[in-house]
Amino acid sequence: MKYVDEYREGIASGKLLELIHKLTRHEWTLMEICGGQTHAIVKYGIDELLPSSITLVHGPGCPVCVTPLEIIDKAVAMAGLKDVIFTSFGDMLRVPGSTKDLFTVKSEGGDVRIVYSPLDAVRLARENPNKKVVFFAVGFETTAPANAMAVITAHREGLRNFSILSSHVCVPPAMNKILSSPSNRVQGFLAAGHVCTVMGYDEYFSIADKYHVPIVVTGFEPLDILQGILMVVTQLEEGRYEVENQYRRAVKRKGNIHAQKVISEVFELTDRKWRGIGEIPLSGYRIREKYSAFDAEKVFQVGGLTASESTMCIAGLILQGVKKPSQCPAFGKLCTPENPLGAPMVSSEGACAAYYHYGRRIPRSN
Amino acid sequence: MSDEPVDLSTGLSCPLPISEYKRILLAHGGGGRLTNQLIKSIFLTVFNNSILSSLHDGAVFDIGSTRIAYSTDSYVVNPIFFPGGNIGDLAVNGTVNDLAMCGADPLYLSVGFIIEEGLLIEDLVRVVEGIERAARRAGVSIVTGDTKVVDRGKGDKIYVNTSGIGIVFEGVDIKPQNVRVGDKIIISGKIAQHGISIMSVREGLEFGTTVESDTAPLNHLVKSILRVTKNIHMMRDPTRGGLASSLNEIAEAANVGIFIIERSIPIDEEVKSACELLGFDPLYVANEGKMIIVVPPSEVDIVLNIMHNHPLGRDAAVIGEVVDSHHGTVVMKTRIGGMRVVDMLTGEQLPRIC
Repeated sequence: MKYVDEYREGIASGKLLELIHKLTRHEWTLMEICGGQTHAIVKYGIDELLPSSITLVHGPGCPVCVTPLEIIDKAVAMAGLKDVIFTSFGDMLRVPGSTKDLFTVKSEGGDVRIVYSPLDAVRLARENPNKKVVFFAVGFETTAPANAMAVITAHREGLRNFSILSSHVCVPPAMNKILSSPSNRVQGFLAAGHVCTVMGYDEYFSIADKYHVPIVVTGFEPLDILQGILMVVTQLEEGRYEVENQYRRAVKRKGNIHAQKVISEVFELTDRKWRGIGEIPLSGYRIREKYSAFDAEKVFQVGGLTASESTMCIAGLILQGVKKPSQCPAFGKLCTPENPLGAPMVSSEGACAAYYHYGRRIPRSN
Repeated sequence: MSDEPVDLSTGLSCPLPISEYKRILLAHGGGGRLTNQLIKSIFLTVFNNSILSSLHDGAVFDIGSTRIAYSTDSYVVNPIFFPGGNIGDLAVNGTVNDLAMCGADPLYLSVGFIIEEGLLIEDLVRVVEGIERAARRAGVSIVTGDTKVVDRGKGDKIYVNTSGIGIVFEGVDIKPQNVRVGDKIIISGKIAQHGISIMSVREGLEFGTTVESDTAPLNHLVKSILRVTKNIHMMRDPTRGGLASSLNEIAEAANVGIFIIERSIPIDEEVKSACELLGFDPLYVANEGKMIIVVPPSEVDIVLNIMHNHPLGRDAAVIGEVVDSHHGTVVMKTRIGGMRVVDMLTGEQLPRIC
């Protein structure tokens, strides 16, 4: 496939690996921010091809994983209401709330539908004027423009039956949080390429300066990731801590200005609770007052839910790179994709699911 | 990775587990792990008998001195018409292939219809013509049938069930337990075409593609192979759940390891692009006219030669082998040389694909 296969190619990746092996003299711990990168790393077995002195820890960039339990419970409550069509990306359906998941709501008769775009949810609202259509708007800065656009479209068309349940989060405050933690072990970042296509990477310079960590904006294909690792390790070995851009074919320093405008038209920054990590100041988006008619939390009074969390799961430590999934005593035993104890075992971007599906629970030969 | 103890007191936030679903989810019909759970915990327990518990594509048993293969399958595909076929073709080919995978020559089929009130007669005729066309191509006869109609809204246009019987070829013994370390694994052609053709016309997802379903009867190809060698250890058609699920089933049933090489798996460029776009792994996307065939190394060239000269096996390729490690598990060498386990799907990647 043109422009994809080239980035999954064996000879070029072999060369990059050789360079990384040659260059690495010290022990380094790197964090990839995005769950998409985590999956590519485990899916292609990249971490096992690296020198043993390089440790990759997996970041908080899985929107499904960091969505707070209370929000899932609100989604479950809304989806069970009569006259509601609850729409979501497929990933969110299997994430357990405190009593059930959205799949269960569906099997009990709730109208829960998987959509591929928030604009499909707007279309459903248009076609079903007697139903209230809710879209579960989770994600980082990457999905925020499309979700904002859905609100703008619904507003423009005067749709009264469309709203979004928003749980948007932003990457840079989470990086700050991780780096300022006393248990931090991260020495360099592969920044999330797709977030940067929207936001650019100006925000990272102050982080790199403050904490003396190299940050390399990195793509998602095996070759991107290997090159990103090479760039971070080169900086670390040379004692530099700069912001660099590996993903130049998609990311500009200023990002996508138009998308940023759309985001700030609909959303404003707010303090946000991250599942597993806790509250981070100014780390999320909420819907501006002007668009409050499209804010599902205001349209439906399902508040006052208090959620109880299990203590078995160490999702918080995993999302902050303190532990790896395989270091969790429940991993693969009490916690599996069929019986997940935590969101990272469910989401297609969750680190625990990646470790489980791609077999980091099984000793291998060959 | 170290085995240091984890301090759970600092572990944060996770929900209580949902250990057992109280109702059936769509994923229970997806062919993955939840389907397997259902089969093992309910059907096998209740219907407990030795023929069923072999969990092959069809049942194989003797009546008098004749070895019979018997199989049944229901079709709920949505939409009922798709590029390359319709629910009727699919229903015939599916059962024909299940019988063929037992090393049998399929002979007679039954067809049962559950029709939703309001279905256009014209659409029913197209489905029935599809059945007739597929039966003629496979060389089987439809010898009995049934029709039921349910209220509008209580079904989805039409569901079709087929059952079939065939006679197992003399001297042929195909079952997972025959798989041996060192055996080679062959796939008969390009994977993931059926699933992608369905998705391309699925409501809300329509995208432009020329990918057609690969629905086809494999019995003639199987017959040609068995005519040349009976030394075949295992055959399976990787339908729902795709290549990955079938290989996992074989690895588990035979208690062997399966090792495959990503680079050697045939796949169409357009299918690959569509999978990329939809976020699907083609290893898990359904096929309806492909077979996995596990043979001793001595038979590889003979079998490949036959396959390459048959229209349904033109792109056949060796994709891996049976190994004496990681028992019950499929491991794949990735394009860049790393290793990963190819797991069984938990739920469904695509609901109602057949």
